[in-house]
Amino acid sequence: MTRRIVLALVGAVVLAMVAVGYGVLTSAREHTTVAAANALSLVGPRIMFRSTAPDSKGHLALVAKDDPDGPRSVSALGCLRVYAAAGTGACLRQDGALTTFQIAILDRNLNVEKAIPLVGVPNRTRVSGDGRLVAWTVFVAGDSYNHGRFSTRAGLIDLRSDDMVDSLEFLSVTLDGHPYTAPDLNFWGITFAADDNLFYATMSTGGNRYLVEGDIAAKTVRTIAKNVECPSLSPDGTRIAFKSAIDGDPAKGWRLSVLDLASGTRTPLAEARSVDDQPAWLDANTIGYSIPRGTGDSDVWVVPADGSGSPRLLIPHAESPAALG
Amino acid sequence: MYLSSIDRPHAAHPSRRRSLFHVSGNVFALGAVSLITDISSEMVTAVLPVYLMIGLHLSPAVYGVVDGTYTGATALLRLVGGYVADRTRRRKFIAGLGYGFSAVAKLGLPAAGNAVGVIGAVIAIDRTGKGLRTAPRDALITLSTPPQLYGRAFGVHRMMDTVGAFAGPLVALGILAATGQAYDAVFVASFCIAAFGVLVLVLFVRDRGGEQPSKGTVALSSLGGLLRIAPVRRLVLAACLAGMVTIGDGFVYLLLQRREDLSVGWFPLLAVGTNLSYLLLATPLGVLADKIGRQKVVLAGYTALMLVYLLLFGPFGGWPLLVVVLALYGLFYASTDGVLIALAGPVLPTGVRTTGIALIQTGQAMAYLVSSVLFGLAWTVWGPASAIRIAAVLVAVAVFAVALLLRGIPSTDADEEQPA
Repeated sequence: MTRRIVLALVGAVVLAMVAVGYGVLTSAREHTTVAAANALSLVGPRIMFRSTAPDSKGHLALVAKDDPDGPRSVSALGCLRVYAAAGTGACLRQDGALTTFQIAILDRNLNVEKAIPLVGVPNRTRVSGDGRLVAWTVFVAGDSYNHGRFSTRAGLIDLRSDDMVDSLEFLSVTLDGHPYTAPDLNFWGITFAADDNLFYATMSTGGNRYLVEGDIAAKTVRTIAKNVECPSLSPDGTRIAFKSAIDGDPAKGWRLSVLDLASGTRTPLAEARSVDDQPAWLDANTIGYSIPRGTGDSDVWVVPADGSGSPRLLIPHAESPAALG
Repeated sequence: MYLSSIDRPHAAHPSRRRSLFHVSGNVFALGAVSLITDISSEMVTAVLPVYLMIGLHLSPAVYGVVDGTYTGATALLRLVGGYVADRTRRRKFIAGLGYGFSAVAKLGLPAAGNAVGVIGAVIAIDRTGKGLRTAPRDALITLSTPPQLYGRAFGVHRMMDTVGAFAGPLVALGILAATGQAYDAVFVASFCIAAFGVLVLVLFVRDRGGEQPSKGTVALSSLGGLLRIAPVRRLVLAACLAGMVTIGDGFVYLLLQRREDLSVGWFPLLAVGTNLSYLLLATPLGVLADKIGRQKVVLAGYTALMLVYLLLFGPFGGWPLLVVVLALYGLFYASTDGVLIALAGPVLPTGVRTTGIALIQTGQAMAYLVSSVLFGLAWTVWGPASAIRIAAVLVAVAVFAVALLLRGIPSTDADEEQPA
């Protein structure tokens, strides 16, 4: 008995030393010192993004639009996803504890004006063109009692009235023209129209993913196309850039395309790699998106929105791009 | 003769008041292994979504791909594991193999990088380990306990298991905070904790398989032979039937959240509430099952489940509803999960007990999978309120059917009844 107890104690000590030793090593590695620039502001013409460079990892950063490869201004603000428009910024970030996150609404000078708690892992965020509406998507899982099923929740807030939609699943859904309810409704990737009432998003149910058009005032969403994910409405409101699962199967990866809303024509873009991101319009004819390089690092690439040309590296060690001004 | 004769004297003196948690050393050791292993696995469960999405930038759909594969294969492996454990009578070895698989899988996660296929395979190995170990472990619990105390033994074991599930996320949180969000530090620590669990198993758990007299080799036909034993057949049928009317936690919590208009922030806490009730009730209900009959407690558990379904669209609301529903839901788990195996133990001949337990658990899991798909369909066609009421009616029908099926299941060991 005593021999077994001694063995167990020795084992416990050795294993604890391994665990603690590894932890100490990694925390030394993960520690980054950021020389944060002060007096940054959300004014163009610049591109805002989340830096994944070793010296500024996880920080909101800015580069000049005409010199994206040039020096970057790094904010002290740490975010997991970022977006901004018309002087309103959105920063999805960790809120201290393990599975609690928040969306920080930023003013023109990157001060946090408001923080809304989110439950789930930040996935997407968007701000309407005039900076009035802010949307987010989080991913909810991590509960072994859920038997591995995942769900996403997409919500939005009107900053002028403070009206909030906790989750789009509480709106009335019309699928192919018929009222529809199902327990497996999931929404993600909201993008806003210019009227601050209509929006587009992805809805999934029964293994299919649909593009939906939503009406905030009427509290409704209806499906308008199939196999369209992470929509992003063009600045002129006529086209939607999106990703779609190859052969409708997410296991095969995603391709970027642009949908013309009036005609329904889909134009595949020149990017041949799998893109798992909500694309962003960096100008009227350029789509920006991130492509991962290894673990925890990625680059922002651009490709023409009309299907021509070829992809081009815009900002190395960056993700979550948004054009300002 | 009973093989765990060292534990017999305790059972032979019921007049000596034992403490509520008194179980044999082997059951306590198995409980400790489960506790330690659950800390390790719940640490990973808690950080995995964050790791995949923030650390690796995978999207939710990929998470579904990573997670959804191999479910059928692991169910089959559970049966194979049970059979091999019986055949070789090395239940501790098979259980240890299962714990070992899961421990190694923890190291596989940081090694996989962002290769989705590899991550899927690593998770499958983890699941395989869980599938392999459950039945041999439960068989060992029965083989280390006098039959009249099975309920208590499973109650204490499940309580220790749930304590581990509670602590896991907290440990992960502490490591993330201490290392500045280093996910791989969590995985390495999780591996070390799981390895310690295997060490405790190797050092302190005693195998009960080798001590029994040979009853002829356990042939492949033993599975069919098991089903020829009427009480076993009735138990498996009852387990499947009960599984068929269980709609799944995800749905229960979703309905509760909608009913109460809970902010989405409360969602994860619903499982915590259920767990707390489960943890507190597992041992008392196990002891009660030994006293008044395990059938009664199992049936009471399913009655609690029926009440949960009815309350979800019942006349009450607010905080009282939440507390009552979660308490009842925990009571349902506490009075069915371990107690069902305690009920099965005595009717399963020791030579094929692991296979029998694996059969019951697999049947239940498969039925459960079917029922959640069917409930999803019912929700879509008739809406949630009608779907849950139908489910409640079906539970009521199942309670009667299970009552009939379980009537007269003996509560003493099958082997003991034979002349020694």
